[in-house]
Amino acid sequence: MQNLKKARLVLQDGTIFEGTSFGYEQSVSGEVVFYTAMTGYPESLTDPSYKGQILVPTYPMIGNYGVPSEDKKDGLPAFFESDKIHCTALVISDYSFAYSHWNSEKSLGQWLKDQKVPGLFGIDTRALTKKLREHGSMLGKIVFADQDVEFYDPNKENIVAQVSTPEVKEYGHGKYKVVLVDCGVKYNIIRHLLKRDVTVKRVPWNYDFTNEACDGIFLSNGPGDPAQCEETIQNIRKMLEKQIPIMGICLGNQLMARAAGAETYKLKYGHRSHNQPVMEPGKNRCYITSQNHGFAIDDNTLPEDWEPLFVNVNDGTNEGIRHKSKPFFSAQFHPEASSGPVDTEYLFDEFVKNMEKSKK
Amino acid sequence: MKEINKILLLGSGALKIGEAGEFDYSGSQALKAIREEGKYSVLINPNIATVQTSEGVADKIYYLPVTPEFVEEVIRKERPDGILLSFGGQTALNCGVELYKRGVLEKYEVEVLGTPVQSIIDTEDREIFSDKLHEIGVKTPRSIAADNMEQAVKAAEELGFPLIIRAAYTLGGLGSGFCANMEELKKLAGSAFSYSPQILVEESLKGWKEIEYEVVRDCYDNCITVCNMENFDPLGIHTGESIVVAPSQTLSNSEYHKLREIAIKIIRHVGIVGECNVQYCLDPNSEDYRVIEVNARLSRSSALASKATGYPLAFVAAKLAMGYGLHEIKNSVTKVTTACFEPALDYIVCKIPRWDLNKFEGVSKLIGSSMKSVGEIMAIGRTFEEVIQKGLRMVGQGMHGFVGNNKEVKDIDEELVNPTDNRIFAIAAAFDKGYSVDKIHEMTRIDKWFLERLKNIHDLKEELGKYTTVRGVTPMMLKKAKQMGFSDFQIGRLTIKDEAMNAHQKMLKVREYRKELGITPCIKQIDTLAGEYPAQTNYLYATYNGNETDITYESDGKSVIVLGSGAYRIGSSVEFDWCCVSAVNAIKKAGYRSVMINYNPETVSTDYDTCDRLYFDELSFERVMDIVDLEEPKGVIVSTGGQIPNNLAMRLYEQHVNILGTSALSIDRAEDRQKFSTMCDQLGIDQPRWRELTSIEDIYKFIDEVGFPLLIRPSYVLSGAAMNVVSNKEELLHFLELAAEVSKDHPVVVTEFVQQAKEVEIDAVAQEGVIKAYAISEHVEFAGVHSGDATIVFPAQKLYIETIRRIKKIARAIAKELNISGPFNMQFLAKDNDIKVIECNLRASRSFPFVSKVLKYNFVEMATRIMLGEHVQELHKSVFDLDYVGVKASQFSFARLLKADPVLGVDMSSTGEVGCIGENYYEAILKSMLSVGHRIPEKNILISSGPTRSKVELLESTKLLLAKGYNVFATAGTAKFLADNGIEVPVLYWPDEEREPNIMDYLKNKKIDMVVNIPKNLTKRELDNGYKIRRAAVDYNIPLLTNARLASAFIYAICKVDRKDIAIKSWDEYK
Repeated sequence: MQNLKKARLVLQDGTIFEGTSFGYEQSVSGEVVFYTAMTGYPESLTDPSYKGQILVPTYPMIGNYGVPSEDKKDGLPAFFESDKIHCTALVISDYSFAYSHWNSEKSLGQWLKDQKVPGLFGIDTRALTKKLREHGSMLGKIVFADQDVEFYDPNKENIVAQVSTPEVKEYGHGKYKVVLVDCGVKYNIIRHLLKRDVTVKRVPWNYDFTNEACDGIFLSNGPGDPAQCEETIQNIRKMLEKQIPIMGICLGNQLMARAAGAETYKLKYGHRSHNQPVMEPGKNRCYITSQNHGFAIDDNTLPEDWEPLFVNVNDGTNEGIRHKSKPFFSAQFHPEASSGPVDTEYLFDEFVKNMEKSKK
Repeated sequence: MKEINKILLLGSGALKIGEAGEFDYSGSQALKAIREEGKYSVLINPNIATVQTSEGVADKIYYLPVTPEFVEEVIRKERPDGILLSFGGQTALNCGVELYKRGVLEKYEVEVLGTPVQSIIDTEDREIFSDKLHEIGVKTPRSIAADNMEQAVKAAEELGFPLIIRAAYTLGGLGSGFCANMEELKKLAGSAFSYSPQILVEESLKGWKEIEYEVVRDCYDNCITVCNMENFDPLGIHTGESIVVAPSQTLSNSEYHKLREIAIKIIRHVGIVGECNVQYCLDPNSEDYRVIEVNARLSRSSALASKATGYPLAFVAAKLAMGYGLHEIKNSVTKVTTACFEPALDYIVCKIPRWDLNKFEGVSKLIGSSMKSVGEIMAIGRTFEEVIQKGLRMVGQGMHGFVGNNKEVKDIDEELVNPTDNRIFAIAAAFDKGYSVDKIHEMTRIDKWFLERLKNIHDLKEELGKYTTVRGVTPMMLKKAKQMGFSDFQIGRLTIKDEAMNAHQKMLKVREYRKELGITPCIKQIDTLAGEYPAQTNYLYATYNGNETDITYESDGKSVIVLGSGAYRIGSSVEFDWCCVSAVNAIKKAGYRSVMINYNPETVSTDYDTCDRLYFDELSFERVMDIVDLEEPKGVIVSTGGQIPNNLAMRLYEQHVNILGTSALSIDRAEDRQKFSTMCDQLGIDQPRWRELTSIEDIYKFIDEVGFPLLIRPSYVLSGAAMNVVSNKEELLHFLELAAEVSKDHPVVVTEFVQQAKEVEIDAVAQEGVIKAYAISEHVEFAGVHSGDATIVFPAQKLYIETIRRIKKIARAIAKELNISGPFNMQFLAKDNDIKVIECNLRASRSFPFVSKVLKYNFVEMATRIMLGEHVQELHKSVFDLDYVGVKASQFSFARLLKADPVLGVDMSSTGEVGCIGENYYEAILKSMLSVGHRIPEKNILISSGPTRSKVELLESTKLLLAKGYNVFATAGTAKFLADNGIEVPVLYWPDEEREPNIMDYLKNKKIDMVVNIPKNLTKRELDNGYKIRRAAVDYNIPLLTNARLASAFIYAICKVDRKDIAIKSWDEYK
């Protein structure tokens, strides 16, 4: 423990937090965001939506149950949300050097080193979180000794292109054929579709799927500012003319809205947690959802034939939209969970029902 | 649905093992919710020391037993529209189910609010319950009943090993055990069949993780899980006996959410509206699980979860019961977000049980599937190391954390494998002996993650031990130690090798050095959302794992700190919570900022709504000083939280902390036996003769002077009660054998024991040495029964006016001499107007809530006003104005304490109390005795009346019983005595006489409705026989009385007061 390197987390506003490295030793920069989920670091770290971000879990002890194996199931890693760690770095309060779990193969620190991702512990993550809450998400960098780097804003470029699949891939042999537009898809979305008798054709973010023969279109989650994905939005806009069922999640929700003509904006510090309550307007049903987004749809800009499907009970922001007559809907939260609560998994069933109906 | 305007809430009665202070908290929260809705609340709870039975909480309070009969009468009188059953523990739940089954609720059109009774019944019956769960594909432990060996073998083949064999219909796990293979099974089953015609063959889940979820559902079917918790101790140890952390630490996301989903599935299927608790065990080697239990009510775990998360479960459950949806309720911490969410924690909490097994004679110290602990603590921090060390100090058993204790563990291996209340220290000892984490894991099945973290503490202790002075410790090392929860005391003990310094001096050295280096704790807020939204409340804890404090201090000298009472234990429980809450309320009323320090999750004082700032943290010198440094308060109140704060007074005073009220020097003069004695001599106040002696010879010399009996208090005992009364040399030697040694370091205090003396107490409040309010009460039992176990009558009914006058005079003299400003309590022996002082505490006592509520004048509020410097008027209410009597009776939990001898002595053994008000002495006695589990006997009473004196005492009572038509049975001696006095009763033979009719058969077959067994002396045969009778009475749930005076009072009460004459009157109707 004595030979661990010190490093600093430097925020855009000049604030400096001293920490100790337990991951890869290299200076990096990105957008600093906090998330309040208490479980699921292997899932979160491999979630492509965290691309370009320095992740700050508010739960203080991280690494407790190690990191699971890279075993595959149905052509996908069984325990991760993509093939690698996507976030830029991990900043925590207390690192669990010793880990314990039947399903773990290595420590979190080892995994970070293997994947060349820096990790810092010994940071007052609550103080950091409060700062981010008050100032909004900020750019930041992890600096080792004299190895300084420039600040970097992932929202200024199209990072979807960096995390999307470079080629078309197919999974499963099911009753329904779904084109999955990969803007940085979490594998649990694919798993959920496979479970529902679906053949998944996973295509790159800018792939022209408008003439594809399929039963449904799925718009995946992904990182960054939706405004950067103009090509995808154009493709979706064409599909909105048709009747093929569409479902979107997270970035997919924002892309759908923009395709429909609505606006999106950046939230002060986003929603990144497992405990976000959402409701269907006018109903008494409330769902606890897993979320990870920094941008949101401006409800006021939704066109006539669209309506909010869900609203966040805490801050009233949009949590999903649907077309008033056509089978298009999307959710801002993550019904596929992993990590997080699974209460809204039923939305996948709704999507399949829509496909079933339109098949008839 | 009819409109609900008047709501009846059932409380849980006296505190007992398994049902304690958490229900005062739950009930108080529910009543707050009712009040907020503008509805009228009626509360039935005989526990007079609770906060919920105080003014301004419920609209109407009945200090009556929570039994179907009494509740029905209250319903008939009050005609409530709705009833809440899930806020008063198992007592309220059982009572509610019974009322439902008897059709009482239907008859009076009382609607059960919240969870329907059928759902409750479904979860209470094991078989219906597991069928219900199987309907939705949820797994429960597999178990097969077998009537013979062949079936047992078949069952074993079906279930696979390892297995557990349980004999049906036996007490105390007789014939039960663990078997790993067929050979062991055959052997064990063979012996089990000799106890019972049927055995249960169950799959063994030993070593599985134990996990709990607190689930909430509203009438719209919205569900949330507020918290999950993981037991440090794997399955096999009751969750109430386990060290528990929240949130879970070793569960992956998939495990966490799998169990969460099942919990929600269950609550929906069972149809609960409100709160429930689901307990699981989880295979440590896969995601396999079993549901062990579901509690369809607020529970100890839900109280813990509320405190762990800041989510007020009981408050919300009450709102849901009144028809709200979760999304319609606001989060009471942020005030802006919704209650329909799941709290995110950015800290860890650790609960540790508090046991008091040393207080009981004969009880087994093994911990297992039944609950024995009497209280618990919760520690908050940001690493496991920090919370476990904090927690072990909070438990208050003289430990300083995980390491740095002078604790010997005799047989480490035995302790690791068969845990007692000391297992955690056996782990520390095992590390000292070089055991590996793997080895300890093999022996304990405790998850290695926890053990590794404990090992970190051990390793750091080794590092610290290498230093010889604290100033040699590097700042980095010191900071690390603090981050791992080391106290200044621990660090001082480990690093300072200068033997000339005492522990306190060493601690001060560490503190001084630490503050020079700027190593101080920071204060963090609990906000339910891990920082995502700002908290509007001040629910706080201190941690060294962080460097920013969430609070901005005013430094205006307007804060007043109240020190709480810590873990509930025998001798200190809910009554001090009431005192602290009363003090806090008075502080707020006076316009000061109220600051509370306490760490007991079962209390109302640790509700963040109660005070302006709550530090859920240690009541140690170190932490109190840390908080004083930050708050810069007007002063600190040490007199409402019982003995823990009282003991801190001197040390705080030495650091120039302003102790409000009576000076610390006076407190010291009352606490120090020698100083107090000298003062009494100077004031001409009599005391029983006593001496602190260091050798057997000296004890003999003292005996020659005062004679037997004597009260013996060794300073260190190996087992059994810490003090005892001995009547002859044999007993003296027998008892001293239990004491480890008698020496200069371990002296024995020997006190003259006055027999047949009445015990009288005065609770009073004084200002600058002048008494402003007082209450004199008397014990039903003669001196020799601990005041915490005694039955207390207020106003005293049977004292000479002269006695009362002398007591007042003495109290005035003491108040003046010690210049008391605040609460105090004194205890006296009174025999023929001869008054001796036996105790004096310059703090609120256990009986403050009782006398305050009977007198309808809050003594603590007055005391607090005095301590804040306000000049108060003397209370002119005379007890002669009271047209009623209050009786406080004690609750015992012997049924939970396997093998413990249920007998009263000079050391306290009751776990709780009730206080009831009656028109007269006997009615009050009857109500209070019925409230602590006694029943009016049907027909048959067994009397074994012990020594001659109690035989005489019980003679008249026996006559009354016979006249009333009861059948009295007696043991040989008692029967002979009665015959000599012209009363013939049938004889039952002693357990060790193999003759019929034998007492044991009568007890076993429940032919006896009440047992009066007065212990005679300490000879072995008497002890064995008496013990067997008393224990059997407890085990077969037959009311037992072991004190002749109390038995006589109770018998008079049942013979003179008819059940139907018991007045159903609320507190406010006694004027």
